[in-house]
Amino acid sequence: MSTSTDKRNWGDLVQAMLPKIVVAPTFVATLIFIYGFILWNAYLSFTKSRLLPRYDWAGTQQYERLFANERWWVAAENLVIFGGLFIIFCLIIGIFLAILLDQRIRAEGALRTIYLYPMALSFIVTGTAWKWILNPGLGLERLMREWGFENFTFDWLVNSEMAIYTVVIAGVWQSSGFVMALFLAGLRGIDDSIIKAAQVDGASLPRIYRSIIIPSLRPVFFSAIIILSHIAIKSFDLVMALTGGGPGYASDLPATFMYSFAFTRGQLGIGAASAMMMLCAVAAIIVPYLYSELRSTRRG
Amino acid sequence: MVEQNQQQSLLGRAFVYSALVLGAVYFLIPLFVMLITSVKTLDDIRTGSLISWPDQITFEAWSAAWTSACIGVDCGGLKGYFWNSISMVVPAVAISTLIGAFNGYVLTKWRFRGSDIFFAMLLIGCFIPFQVVLLPMARTLGFLGLAGTIPGLILVHVIYGLAFTTLFFRNFYVSVPDELVKAARIDGAGFFTIFFRILLPISGPIIVVSVIWQFTQIWNDFLFGVVYSAGDKQPITVALNNLVNTSTGVKQYNVDMAAAIIAALPTLLVYFVAGKYFVRGLTAGSVKG
Amino acid sequence: MKTLRKLTQLTTLTCCLSLPVGAWAGEVEVLHWWTSGGEAKSVAVLKQLLEDAGHKWQDMAVAGGGGESAMTVLKSRVVSGDPPTAAQIKGPTIQEWGDEGTLTNLNSVAKAGNWDQLLPKVVSDVMKYDGNYVATPVNVHRVNWMWANPAVFEKAGAKIPTTWEEFAVAAEKIQAAGMIPVAHGGQSWQDATTFESIVLGIGGADFFNKAFVDLDSKTLNSPTMVKSFDMLRTVQKYTDKDSPGRDWNLATAMVIKGEAGMQFMGDWAKGEFTAAGKKPGKDYVCLPAPGTAGAFTFNIDSFAMFEVRDRSAKQAQNDLARIIMEPEFQEVFNLNKGSIPARLGMSMAKFDSCAKDSSAEFVSSSKTGQLVPSMAHGMSTFSSVQGAIYDTVTAFFNSDMSSRDAARKLASAVQGAK
Repeated sequence: MSTSTDKRNWGDLVQAMLPKIVVAPTFVATLIFIYGFILWNAYLSFTKSRLLPRYDWAGTQQYERLFANERWWVAAENLVIFGGLFIIFCLIIGIFLAILLDQRIRAEGALRTIYLYPMALSFIVTGTAWKWILNPGLGLERLMREWGFENFTFDWLVNSEMAIYTVVIAGVWQSSGFVMALFLAGLRGIDDSIIKAAQVDGASLPRIYRSIIIPSLRPVFFSAIIILSHIAIKSFDLVMALTGGGPGYASDLPATFMYSFAFTRGQLGIGAASAMMMLCAVAAIIVPYLYSELRSTRRG
Repeated sequence: MVEQNQQQSLLGRAFVYSALVLGAVYFLIPLFVMLITSVKTLDDIRTGSLISWPDQITFEAWSAAWTSACIGVDCGGLKGYFWNSISMVVPAVAISTLIGAFNGYVLTKWRFRGSDIFFAMLLIGCFIPFQVVLLPMARTLGFLGLAGTIPGLILVHVIYGLAFTTLFFRNFYVSVPDELVKAARIDGAGFFTIFFRILLPISGPIIVVSVIWQFTQIWNDFLFGVVYSAGDKQPITVALNNLVNTSTGVKQYNVDMAAAIIAALPTLLVYFVAGKYFVRGLTAGSVKG
Repeated sequence: MKTLRKLTQLTTLTCCLSLPVGAWAGEVEVLHWWTSGGEAKSVAVLKQLLEDAGHKWQDMAVAGGGGESAMTVLKSRVVSGDPPTAAQIKGPTIQEWGDEGTLTNLNSVAKAGNWDQLLPKVVSDVMKYDGNYVATPVNVHRVNWMWANPAVFEKAGAKIPTTWEEFAVAAEKIQAAGMIPVAHGGQSWQDATTFESIVLGIGGADFFNKAFVDLDSKTLNSPTMVKSFDMLRTVQKYTDKDSPGRDWNLATAMVIKGEAGMQFMGDWAKGEFTAAGKKPGKDYVCLPAPGTAGAFTFNIDSFAMFEVRDRSAKQAQNDLARIIMEPEFQEVFNLNKGSIPARLGMSMAKFDSCAKDSSAEFVSSSKTGQLVPSMAHGMSTFSSVQGAIYDTVTAFFNSDMSSRDAARKLASAVQGAK
């Protein structure tokens, strides 16, 4: 008698625990492979590690060196320029194309595929092509000159001041199609009756977009910004394939800076310190945003 | 009045179409350059310009890239590496999607104390720069005896793909009415029964999204591939990088481009075939917060 | 098949003689980034020789730049407890790896092969950690070369320069004639390669050593250094504007095709001329960079050997080390690569005039104290300091920084990275 209740209790307990058991592997993996590794890296940034990890305490020495390094500040500034422009342009182009595609267009399927395909390609693949197109002696500039525009210049790739903007061009090319897909999906999800009602009230189309449709796409903005900032912060292949961080180190980003110090130069400590700075920057921007968005969606 | 309206809308249509076509051109240029270069001869590339039509179309570069281009010391083309990538991508995508689906299910239909915090932790975690995890992960793989093997690579890709797959499924299942699950629970259905009988059958669109996303991410990955694979187990992106950097005297742009397209074919195929379902899947819920 | 037969023979031999340690067929995994042209061919030679000795070669080529990805791969392999048999590591970096306690001891092979007598002291010093051999040298590169296309100079009515003053005159004439004076690839290591030749030409060997080996702050921030930066600025003015990011061999191709007059690059550039069917002395000339005649900036490639547990792998590793030092390999490899053998007393008969010059200068400069380690190729400092110098030089090259600022920044960057 008592054993059977025990059994049922056991069964119930397992049933009740099941959800937690199912997410446990992910939880453990996250704890170890993300937060554990971050902690490990944090510790490393306070050591004298050079070639390989070492665990002798060195205080804030690595951070002092990092902040004294000009290249680091160039990389940080570049991230602001690149991240800002990349996200803004992807959003603008993405929304714009999505709205246009949503106007009952012929050949929508083909156009959509064309906008989406860059996302399918690795930058190891397309970097070569972009490098070629943007190179003044081989690509666009030469082409325009051959077509008779003698004074056409487009030398951003080889210009220290402008190189980071070529990274923006290629980055936007790769990701804006995906943003378009997100917004198109969002537009398709909007209830038509609201728009019809607004039309009956005599609102113009741009106005309907401005005051009804775009505000209702707020969750899409959330997903898009999260994904875009994720791409921006991690942009590594993009820079490596396109400019290699050059000319000089003019188009370095924190990710490439960290890689080069931690792995190529045998200054693992500085690399770890720069990674911690990246993580702090991410946390400062993402966490509040995430928090407010998650809260508001839970309420709503 | 009516005429003016028609004229206006015609103008509007013209604007819409020209903007769309212009956009399409911008997106197509690099692919066009790659394709056209891959069928040119080397002389043709040298004398012609970026987008000039080839004098004669030849597929020599393509066959060279597939079977005979030199990658380091071995001159066997990309052939072997292609299968390495396939045998890595398929299990990694399947496992990470399945776990993501379960996570999303729990996070929406079986919420417990702390489940939101867990989700937030996971989301923040996907912002970690992968360079940070290279060395500790290497130590872990060595400890598990998986260093330099394909199972090791699969493990790494599954772990760092979970955040995204969970995000997709969570956002999708949020829009599934809780009543459905509650009713089933009252009928005595258990955790797995509800998942396999009720949620999984309607998850088609979001599975497509998750699979496409994971497939392209893992197929295109270079960093993990180069660090955690060894010798002839390397994925195709690593081989491609080696191939492009293996040059004798002249850079064989046509072979480079052909190899690049070959390496991209599976992902392109996935987008062409499943692209339609991709937007549909996103519509079906993943973009609703 | 051939390997198989050899293997059987070896096994039988081992059995019959019942040696305690026989010739075990092992596997070597060699990490390198020699993937382009002549380099890849050179590695293939090594692979063949090792397979002839009955071992299996597991290629681990990681292409890209100066081995940036390769270093990452190496680090994670060592951390994971599964290091490769050998890796392409050179210069003081060998000492850094020695400090980490990961390298093996090759003394027995070295003793049997008489390495102490065969290697010049400059070379063997680099190969040793704590007095023990840990690496094997494959070649010696001379970095301070200038590759010139005489046809271009003739067309422009210019004389091939032997000093930096003459360089400015000649470059001006070539530019006036509508050609590019200097073929350059704007990557930081190429900027540094050009810069170190200028420093050697203007400051001389002692100055070079004080700056790049002793890392003396006063020397780094001295008027001579300012003058060197001035000259780098002049050189930069005579490069074409498309140079940033260009690979070195594409710059060499510009000289080959007669689009550009000269290139400052180590002797590996010769492989490109040879591959294009050009003859030294006729189609192109190899001369020391201006002002560096009699001096020799050396760059020694080597394979550092890691501690491996498996006995058969250890045997294969020893064979690898032995084969690398044998004349047969040293000759074929260096003929392909454009460099000269690292071991002394080898016949240079099959080598071309550039390599013969290089070989003679190597010996003579070591006597006059004009033999200096290349900074740009990691022979003079740890990689961290090298990186700091790179950053300053390349920032100067790609901006309008003044030479005075550059010298000051150079000194402080080196201090910060030490």
